[in-house]
Amino acid sequence: MSLETDDVKRIAHLARLAIDEADIPGYARNLSNILDLVEQMNSVNTDAVRPMAHPMDAQQRLRPDVVTEVNQREKFLANAPLAEAGLFLVPKVIE
Amino acid sequence: MHTKSLAELAEGLRNKDFSSEELTRSSLARIKQYDIQLNSFITVAEAPALAQARQADAQLASGKAGPLTGIPIAQKDIFCTEGVRTSCASKMLDNFISPYNATVVQKYNDAGAVMIGKTNMDEFAMGSSNETSFYGAVKNPWDLEAVPGGSSGGSAACVAARLVPAATGTDTGGSIRQPAALCGITGIKPTYGRVSRYGMIAFASSLDQAGAMAGSAEDTAMMLNAMAGFDPKDSTSIEKDVPDYTASLNNDIKGLKIGLPKEYFGEGLDADVAAKIEQAIEEYKKLGAEIVEISLPNSSLSVPVYYVVAPAECSTNLSRFDGVRYGYRCEDPEDLEDLYKRSRGEGFGAEVKRRIMIGTYALSAGYYDAYYLKAQKLRRLISEDFKQAFEKVDVIMGPTAPSTAFKIGEKSDDPITMYLSDIYTIATNLAGLPGMSVPAGFSNSLPVGLQIIGNYFDEARLLNVAHQYQNVTDWHRQIPKGFE
Repeated sequence: MSLETDDVKRIAHLARLAIDEADIPGYARNLSNILDLVEQMNSVNTDAVRPMAHPMDAQQRLRPDVVTEVNQREKFLANAPLAEAGLFLVPKVIE
Repeated sequence: MHTKSLAELAEGLRNKDFSSEELTRSSLARIKQYDIQLNSFITVAEAPALAQARQADAQLASGKAGPLTGIPIAQKDIFCTEGVRTSCASKMLDNFISPYNATVVQKYNDAGAVMIGKTNMDEFAMGSSNETSFYGAVKNPWDLEAVPGGSSGGSAACVAARLVPAATGTDTGGSIRQPAALCGITGIKPTYGRVSRYGMIAFASSLDQAGAMAGSAEDTAMMLNAMAGFDPKDSTSIEKDVPDYTASLNNDIKGLKIGLPKEYFGEGLDADVAAKIEQAIEEYKKLGAEIVEISLPNSSLSVPVYYVVAPAECSTNLSRFDGVRYGYRCEDPEDLEDLYKRSRGEGFGAEVKRRIMIGTYALSAGYYDAYYLKAQKLRRLISEDFKQAFEKVDVIMGPTAPSTAFKIGEKSDDPITMYLSDIYTIATNLAGLPGMSVPAGFSNSLPVGLQIIGNYFDEARLLNVAHQYQNVTDWHRQIPKGFE
């Protein structure tokens, strides 16, 4: 499996990662090598095998629908890069 | 004091041989003196630690102390600590102060332990050498030019150098056991779901598990006692009683059936490491254990399977770092997309970006069946291998890592070579089983780790089996030169 420069750019866009142009060939090489390693999976036929999502096949636990969290708005906003009037600020999205 | 085990320190505190404040100051002094060489800590929490120590002394005086009261421990910097920076060794979280404690942190606080600081690690726990940390590589106390292993490399190095008696770690593909092996300490990765992951920054959620690292199996058992148990705040936590892990340490292991998987002794294993593991097995024979050759036929697929499952889950988990709510934000974003892309591009290191991209690719439209689904199917086959083995044996043994500690920089340019250093540990995570690493000698003056893998929730037996070996060997008591 070999990824080209354009593949890396597309994947980086999907992952919302800005990658320096100069680093792209390096990523293409590394990612291709990793995909080659992963190719080994195809050496085994798994048509009849059930996928394993959880080591003990446990189900997601349910809990009563009651409030367990208290409002800690100020505490959480304290870590925000930019906040104002109780809101997270981002660049303008709507004209 | 630093030459004493955690168990001995606990006894010393109770006998009033020294106070927790004295013990904490001694640990802080050692960190100040030695960590310039090791870089094992990202943050040292001197003031809060001393406050906790004084509280512990009051508890000790009132006779209400538990086994860990007043013992200084280090937390891997992946566990959220209220009021003390939690960086996950990433530029992304360089300024992040968690508004709450991880359950593991809270449990140790409640047990009276003193949180002395946050240990260095591979960025977001992605690495096997502790070289991907934003705060620089950690050095192995046995050879300052060698890696300590990873991702819990800081925890392993500071325990090995006797800066603290014990530390926490996390293990997604070997991140407790491999650094424990490379630094010559004892570490346990419990069964998936045994220890709460609430407040432990997520890497690959179907694999991540917290555990303990210390100087001996006995100390590790004391640490695990405080750490294990059901937590309603972690939806993958298992509701099952926790035994007293110290209670069964002295059980006789006569008749114990040890399985040796032939796949763990083949090509790629350093010959001298193999010889040390065989010597350890000889010790177990003397203790009355029975050796059974077994096979884990699908184990060679564990590295490829892991490098689909872990990146896929990491690409999902790390999407939360967007430069909006917490963490790093780029300067002067043009628009929202530019903010996302540059904050993430500048905030994450190269290995993290590689894994996010592999995961994004594997989960992108049209590829799910070929990668993630295929990996999950193989994961079941790998698990079934263990299931069959545990019908015949009580524990499985082999090397923890294929070689001793390698030099800093030796493998950092080649991700694949680096990934193969976890070749013997990854299958355990894929199956969700508990595993340990125990010091089993030295090869060219560097520690060798014996891996012991158990059946689900069989941590008590693993610790018992390790303790019996440590009763007849002294590998775990060796202190690296320069740190005596």
